[in-house]
Parts: sequence; structure tokens; C-alpha cells
Amino acid sequence: MAITRRSFIATGAGLTFAFAVGRGPRGRVSAVFAQGAGFSPNVWVTIGADGTITIVSPAAEMGQGGMTALPVLIAEELDADWTKVKIVGPGTNNKAYGNPGFGGLLVTAASRTTPAYYMPLRIAGAQARRVLLDAVAERWGVPVSELTTEPSTVVHAGSKRKISYGEIATFATAPAELPKIVPADLKKASQFRLIGKKLPRVELPSKIDGSAKFGIDADVPDMLYATVLRAPAQGSGPASLDDAAAKAVAGVTAVIPLPYGVGVVATSYPAAQKGKAALKVTWKTGVPAEAYSTDKVAADYESIARDLGRTGLPAHKDGALMAEMASAAKIYEAVFMTEHVYHATMEPMNALAGVSPTGDTAEIWVGTQSPNLTQFAAAGVLKTTPDKITVHNMMLGGGFGRRVEQDFVVDAVLLSKATGKPVKVIWSREDDVRHDKYRPLTAQLLRAAVDKDGTITAWRHRLVAPSFYGRTNPRALEAAKGIDTPVTEGMEISYAIRAQLMEYFREERGQDTGVWRAVGSGYTKFASESFLDEIARKQNVDPVAFRLKMLKDNARATKVIETVTAMAEWKRPRKNGRAVGFAFSDAWKSYLASVVEVSVDRKTGKIRVHEVWSAFDCGVAILPDNIAAQLEGSAIFGVSHALGERITFKNGVVEQSNFHDYPILRMADAPDVHVKVIGTDHPPGGVGEAGLPPIAPAIGNAVAVLTGARLRHLPMLSERVLAAMKG
Amino acid sequence: MLITVNGKQVDVGAEPDTMLLWVLRDNLKLTGTKFGCGIAQCGACTVHLDGNPVRSCSTPLGTAAGTKITTIEGLSADASHPLQKAWVEEQVLQCGYCQSGQIMQAAALLAKNPKPTRAQIVAHMNGNLCRCGTYVRILRAIERAAKSSAPAKKEA
Repeated sequence: MAITRRSFIATGAGLTFAFAVGRGPRGRVSAVFAQGAGFSPNVWVTIGADGTITIVSPAAEMGQGGMTALPVLIAEELDADWTKVKIVGPGTNNKAYGNPGFGGLLVTAASRTTPAYYMPLRIAGAQARRVLLDAVAERWGVPVSELTTEPSTVVHAGSKRKISYGEIATFATAPAELPKIVPADLKKASQFRLIGKKLPRVELPSKIDGSAKFGIDADVPDMLYATVLRAPAQGSGPASLDDAAAKAVAGVTAVIPLPYGVGVVATSYPAAQKGKAALKVTWKTGVPAEAYSTDKVAADYESIARDLGRTGLPAHKDGALMAEMASAAKIYEAVFMTEHVYHATMEPMNALAGVSPTGDTAEIWVGTQSPNLTQFAAAGVLKTTPDKITVHNMMLGGGFGRRVEQDFVVDAVLLSKATGKPVKVIWSREDDVRHDKYRPLTAQLLRAAVDKDGTITAWRHRLVAPSFYGRTNPRALEAAKGIDTPVTEGMEISYAIRAQLMEYFREERGQDTGVWRAVGSGYTKFASESFLDEIARKQNVDPVAFRLKMLKDNARATKVIETVTAMAEWKRPRKNGRAVGFAFSDAWKSYLASVVEVSVDRKTGKIRVHEVWSAFDCGVAILPDNIAAQLEGSAIFGVSHALGERITFKNGVVEQSNFHDYPILRMADAPDVHVKVIGTDHPPGGVGEAGLPPIAPAIGNAVAVLTGARLRHLPMLSERVLAAMKG
Repeated sequence: MLITVNGKQVDVGAEPDTMLLWVLRDNLKLTGTKFGCGIAQCGACTVHLDGNPVRSCSTPLGTAAGTKITTIEGLSADASHPLQKAWVEEQVLQCGYCQSGQIMQAAALLAKNPKPTRAQIVAHMNGNLCRCGTYVRILRAIERAAKSSAPAKKEA
């Protein structure tokens, strides 16, 4: 079934049509919101007479499992038969479905989805159940308090009557005012039928037979394909363009100069690529990014971090730091550097946009972490209002923060507007590598004061980095008095140290940066967990015992640490040139302790991570197996970025281009990963990013055991390992 | 040009030097085969030519003509290939984008070597990248499929 012209145009009445190309995705997932027939007790739930229960899942599905985890919360409290549940997306309706963790916008990012939706969705499920109970109570003339539920069935024990949700849907009406549900009305953990169980991912069947529809798979009639040659340096654009050869390529229909590059539109993607290769462009010079070179910026940042005469903005402050430093028995100090890293989603950036002939409305098919941000970006381009932009959110072939950005949406909207046709723009891998919004390059200086008993009495952590919110959310930056919360993430520590100062130096050098899985915690925990380990070893104290002493009032932290050290047999001496390293993270209100087992080739400096053990407490573990999968994946992601990933700039131009020179970890180099998810009754913390922060410091800490060398520069390239070993 | 895809002969209006990937995806709407890197470095575009795994992003249509091309859509009619079943049982995937390629690469191995060692699996799968880091489960699923007694159905 091909999509009809009408469905392509129809955007108005809050009703959009199911998107289908060839056969639709298998299983019970619709990538777009299609209103089902049936009874809707509230905006989240629709029950059909056949018992099918359609639940809106507000999150983008990028591999983290939100499309399953969030509906489970509703289904649990509704007491729905999970096998009868179908899932649909939220469209762009943030008024009904927006993320409370993002000011009510539909955004799936920053490990805030499940924590923020946890109570609202359970309450929504309980509310829908109560509407059904009230309808049955009225029909049967019994007090609602005598009714109970089994999955998708209301039961009146007294009269031994039962009625299915599907049947109730045929006569129930939504009350004028929905019943109020308070947390005390919710199920107790012992009553859970779904939460905490091993449930399969709902969209998984569509991803093993090729039927899942990702953004890159979107397809509408009369669609053209496009690719964009982007200016090498940020902020530049075409100064002169010779497009004769490009236009001569068979299939190329248009060459469109853009403020930041040149778009090539064609009847096929290969033709667009050929056209792009044939473009002759000279680029505007004199943009600030031309001064951006990794070595220069790194040296500059490092000197700022080291200059104790300069004081940064206080991200966190506690106790009398200077007094503690002055009375210390010993002061430790170390500098940590981290380089830019690239998201490397397996699906390159892409978007399909159809702009109306009047140029003020558009329909967009895209894999986005935020359909609302997609609306805003498209509306900005078309100088219209966001409600005029329809967004079909597709499966995301990886997000990791990259698909919060909307640069690929802007491409598609501009090119559709210019050509008057629906246009699907696909970035080549080279475009994707060279024009990402990378994790910031950072320099960090850490200083700690230790008293005569070896106790850390003062802790100073100085971070030099650009800002993310400065570009994307200036109001949030202002509200936090200049502290960029994603960039400084993870500097705060759970360790009981009586004087603490965390400083942030916002240093812009003309190159945009972005949010990359774990953002700040990826480098701040690298620094703090490496430094702490070094101090422990220098005091001849076991680094795990050293940490436990500072966490003795923190039961959750203690538990994950004790669990993982037992899993990994921390005290067991390793043979065959291997050693273990440890690190801990408390980011996103989740607790994670990891041990890695590592060896180093002393000739080449190549590090090999053989095993990773992780113990994790994220509070209520909604889908424990999915959480374990996230932890396994982020361990491998973490090893990859720690050992070999970096983007370098020379004069504003990225020096890498594809997977041959930006190597991400392959199976042969991947460790075995062992995860224990410890479910507790605390509110859910973050999961998707939480697995990453301990990995790099744990590797460095293990290498220090093996070689005596401390690795303070990410990535831990072979030559850096060799240099550190030479001292 | 005539090619045979998933057991059906189809006439595609594309030049012989067009990479097979784009013919499959855009001419035939078989979008289960994915574009990842364009230079045979990631394996997301893996399909079979006469049972051998190839990177369709770097395989010209002309090379594929005359062979039996199998894509993820043709691996089984109903997701019943032992690997597909194992992928469900192990809940292997996350974003899923690379997984068509992973499954096709693994299927070619098991067709030739039904009981591979772990080292053979790793060597065979090393060209297929997964950014979500599902390697641990991919390995488990391949080993599970290899252990399952059901013989692999013949490709279409």
C-alpha cells in the first residue's frame, strides 16, 4: 500500500494517516500516531471492543527501550493484558504528552524520560482503570469498592461476575471530570504484574525482518533525494559556485546554494552523490572557526585550568576550601584532558520534508529525539508557527544526543521549499563524521588536600569547556547563573569530603559542541574517579576501601560497590599480565559501580579490555533485562570512546571522515560484560547514559596497576600509553 | 536490468554501476538493508549473493546480476530463521539499525559452518559495527541459533 497524495497533504484535523511503504512494520507498533477506534478513558488509552488497548508512548525510540518501558507503566496501573496492548507515538502533541522533565516539550534525552514520566504515567493508567470501574459499578449497581481487576477484566467477587475491558468499552463514557488519582491509590510493588518482569521489547520483531521504518526509510510519491556539500569550517558558506558539471549528471534536478553549503537534488540518491562530487565551490573565509585547531585549543584550555589565580563560576561549593587546603598534610594535583568525540549513530542524519506550495506548512518524516524541536526548526526556516509543521517520528537508528539537533531537518525543509517537491536529504557518512556537534574538548584540574590520617579534607575540580546551553538554551544558562548543567554534569560527588569547590570556566572558541551520551559525566567522572584512585594508591589504601569509607552513610552506593567487587572477585590477583580497575558513578540519581579487567601490550601500548562487571541501582527497575542491555551497550560504547575515539580539528576542519579513521569498537575488541541490576524501591533514575561514566576511569586505574603509569588524556591512544609508561 | 531478489526476478531501471544498496532500497523499496558508511566498513548493508555475504553499498548492480540476491526480507517468510528466533530470545538489539546486516552476516556463517567456535564467530562478525554495543548479545544469539536443532531453512 503506497501512501496517498491526500495523506501527504492532510495535516489539519489532528488526524494523520498511517505511513506505509511496502508492508508495514511487523508487530504491534505504529511509528506514527493513528487514532484507533474505541473508548478513550483519557488521552493515553484507547480500548477497542475487541479488547485491543492502544497506549500512547511519548518517547522517541532510539534503542533505549522507552517505547516499551513507558507503556508498561500505564498498562501496569490499568491492569491491562499486555498481550493486547498496541503502541502509538505522541505525534507533536506536547500539551497532552510532553515530558515533565523538559518543561513539557516532547524531548527524549538526558536520561530524563522514565524518571520524569514514571508517576504521571502510572497515575494515567490508574485513572483509566478507575473510569472503567466506575462504568461497571454504575451498570451493575454495585459499589465501586467491591470491584477488582484481573488483566483486562473487571471482577465483582460477590456476584461472581466478570466483564472484559473490551466489553466495557462498548458502553462506557468518559466522565466530564476525570477521577483524581493520588499516589496512595497506586499499586504496591508486590502487586506489579509487569514492572520488574522480563518483557520483550515491543518493536523488536520489526527490527529483525527489515520491516521497521527508520527516518531514512521514509518514502512519499514524487519524492526527490538530496545531499548537501557543507562548508568545511563552521559558519562558512559558498563564495562562488560552478554547478555546470553537477547539473550535467543524469538525474540531478537542481543545485541549490544554501547559507552553509550547496544542496544537490536528484531523482536518486546515487545521482545526488555524483552531482555533489562534481560541484566546484570556493568557500567564504574569515569565519571564527578557522582559528580552531585541537592542539591550540587544548593547550589554551589546559593553561586556564592550571592558572589557580583565575576562579571559575562555582558549580558547587561546600565548606572552607582554602582553609582546608592551607592546613593539609599533603596536596595532590592532576590535569585531565579529553578530546572531541563523534556520535557515530549507525543511521546517518537524514530527513524527508514536504513543504506546501504556499510555503507556510510542512510535513516531515524524521527520526528525532524531539518532534517539538523539529517543529520549531522547520517553522523557523519557513517563518511560520510550529503548529503548521506535522512531524512523523520514525525509528531512530541511534540517538546518543545527536538527534536532539535539527540541522538535517533544516536541510530537508530548505531543499523542499526551493524545489516545490518532497525531498529526502541523506548525509553521507563523511558528512556525518565531519559536521557533528561533538562532545566538548575539555581540560580539568583537580586538587585534593589530605590530612595526616590520609583522609581527603578538601576537593577542588576545575573544568574548562565551552557551553551547550549558550547556543541552544540561553535562558537555562542564565537561570543557572552561567553554569551549563549538561556540560558540568557529574562534577558533584557523593563522597563525604567536607570542603568542595567545583568551578566551571566557559571558554568559547568558535566551534559548536553538543550533547553526547553521558555528556559532562563522561569526562568529569573520568577525571574525578581517576584522581581519587591515584590518591588511594599513593596512600597505599585499596581504592575500593578508600571510596567505601567516604560513602559509609550512603547505603545504595555501598551496595553496588560491594556487589560488583564480589562479582569481579576484586581481591583475586590476576594472571597473564592482567589487572582490574574500579570506578563509581552517581550521575542521574542512579548508582553504578564497575570493575574492568585489562591488559596492555607493553611494546605497542595497546590496551585491551577483557571483562567488565557492573552493579547498578537505578531505583525501580521497570524492565530489568532492557536495563542490563543498556548497561552492556554503554560499557562497550565507553570502552570504544576511552581507547580510540577522537575528532581533531585543524584550522576549523575535521581531520577524520569515516569508520576507517574514526574507529568504533568492533566485536573482536569488545569485552565480555556482566551486569547485575539491583532493583530498589527508589524513584527511577537515569539508565541510558548511566553505564558510560565509570568505564574510562576504571580502565585507566587498571592500567596504572599494570604499568604504574596514569593515563590522564582521553582517548588512551597507544602512543599516549607508551609515553605515560616512559614517565 | 534483470536481477533475482528473494526468489523473484525483477526488472530494475538502474545503471550497472549503481550500487546494489540503492537499487534494493529505493527502486525495490526493500528498506531493511541499511546505508551505514558507503565504503564497506560497517556491514549495515550486508546482503547475500548466492549465499555469500557482501556489502551492497560497494557492490555494483552489474556484479549482482546473474546471482541470487537475498536480503533480510527474504531470509525467511515469517521471521522463523533460527537466528531471527535467537535474536528475539536474547533480546539482542537496541536501535536495530545495524541488525539486518548483523543477521545476514551471521546467517551466511551458519549456512556454511553450522557449529562455529566462538573465535570463528568473532572473526566472521568483526566487519559489522554496532554502535549500541550489542556484541555480547549478538554472540550469545548466534551460539544459541547454532545450538538449536532446527535446521536452517533454505534461502529463497
